[in-house]
Amino acid sequence: MAQNRRTSSSKSDPLWVRVLLTLMALTFLGLFLAMPLCVVFIEAFQQGWRLWLSSLKDPDALAAMRLSLFAVVVAVPMNTIFGLCAAWVLTRFRFKGRSALLTLIDIPFAVSPVIAGMMLVLLFGSRGWFGSYLDAHNWKIVFATPGIILATAFVTMPFVARELIPLMESQGQEEEQAARTLGASGWQTFWRVTLPNIKWALLYGIILCSARAVGEFGAVSVVSGHITGQTMTLPLHIEARYNEYSTVAAFSAASVLALLALVTLAAKTFIELRGQVRKRH
Amino acid sequence: MSFTASHKLAPTRRRKPVRPPGFGLTLGVTLAYLSAGVILPLTAVAAMASRDGAGKFLAMLGDERVLAAFKLSFGAALGAAIVDTFFGLIVAWVLVRYSFPLKRVVDAFVDLPFALPTAVAGITLTTICAPDGWVGRYFEPLGIKLAFAPVGIVIALIFTGLPFVVRTVQPILEDLDGEIEEAASSLGASRWETFRRVIFPTLVPALLTGFALCFARTVGEYGSVVFISGNLPNETEIVPLLIISKLEQFDYPAAAALAVVMLVVSFALLLAINALQVWTARRGGGR
Repeated sequence: MAQNRRTSSSKSDPLWVRVLLTLMALTFLGLFLAMPLCVVFIEAFQQGWRLWLSSLKDPDALAAMRLSLFAVVVAVPMNTIFGLCAAWVLTRFRFKGRSALLTLIDIPFAVSPVIAGMMLVLLFGSRGWFGSYLDAHNWKIVFATPGIILATAFVTMPFVARELIPLMESQGQEEEQAARTLGASGWQTFWRVTLPNIKWALLYGIILCSARAVGEFGAVSVVSGHITGQTMTLPLHIEARYNEYSTVAAFSAASVLALLALVTLAAKTFIELRGQVRKRH
Repeated sequence: MSFTASHKLAPTRRRKPVRPPGFGLTLGVTLAYLSAGVILPLTAVAAMASRDGAGKFLAMLGDERVLAAFKLSFGAALGAAIVDTFFGLIVAWVLVRYSFPLKRVVDAFVDLPFALPTAVAGITLTTICAPDGWVGRYFEPLGIKLAFAPVGIVIALIFTGLPFVVRTVQPILEDLDGEIEEAASSLGASRWETFRRVIFPTLVPALLTGFALCFARTVGEYGSVVFISGNLPNETEIVPLLIISKLEQFDYPAAAALAVVMLVVSFALLLAINALQVWTARRGGGR
């Protein structure tokens, strides 16, 4: 009996500690995570679902949703292709400068979104490096859709690559080698061997990338120019409505993004339970 | 290339590995994307910041409003990282060691700050902390301002940074070997002593990594802060906001100078985090 008690108490904390710590954790999460999430929906529906729906059907809100969606649909595939190429070259080959490339990939995460937007202004703004060239050809990047796409792509650049690199490194290339030896071409090997092996991690990276892309605020805010109906993404639309004290309109749009966040969390958890990826950002 | 020849060699010998295809293509795409997307923009910032010489650069940074913004940004990120490291450890501990109803949901929920767009978090936290808000109204009679004050900024950053600590500490706790704890307790250590002298030291690298990640990702945060901060120059103006106001005044060299300081700090943190992660892996893997 004494032996038994010792082993059980050695790895588990006393009851009061368990209760105290659990309560502390849940209170903290409740105050900082659950309450804000509830407030979004309460504020959005405070004057009934009709007003909620009509503020979403507002032409400006619809235009903002379309632009956000468009930015995601362009930026995420760009970063997915980049992520696949980067993961392939960094895990299948050893070459000079490889570790420098690995660090370079992480840089967009270390850059404040506002600075990311500023970089685009310095490059493509009317007083930027390519400003006069763009003006001469009447191309607009900053204060137009291309700038919003580039800002979104920059901020979400590392997601897919960072998901794939550790997995492909640990999986090794024996199966690919076997396929090659049996006469498969490079593309056949990629489509039939590599891709099925990494599909969940790839999907995971794409989900994280999309979630970040649709909600990107700081970088997009700098390059958007805030032209209503033209260069307003959904987060910028929320900001504009909030600053005009249209609380219901702001929170209705916010509730759409909050719902999307919940879907993201569910999808993320689903993939994590399949065991190929570990929780990360 | 020699791989056709090598695979015809005697099969009992270990074959020279076939060189995988696509080196040129994938390296080309990666280099082009990173050069255009990361190196070129960084060069533009550095060039703009140094346009008017070192004297101007330092003068811009010595400005009172600039110094106040840096102090606020770094101070708030530091405060949030401390709070998040403390509660992040407790949350990770509870999620790994204990069981309670809906634990899996709570676990998934920890990532909410990551999934919820920052602007949504910003307006929501402001609504909660405003003087007539859900929580703010209880602090108002005490003379404590939550929103539109530095405290509000810290609150927003605590929200943003939490997942980084939890998700860094959690896997290390999961991998922790229970035998060491049993050994410690069978040698007569109390539970608290076991935690303090056996468990905690193994968690230190992960806690430091989480702390650094939390600080690095929140110091440049904009969306969740801009609504709650109040944006008063010298008082509640964070560096990213000051950068935007410099950009709006077309004072590009000043904006770039601010950005360079932020970037240098971020890159130093990035390198420190990489080094910490190597250390964490060594600690965690050495079981």
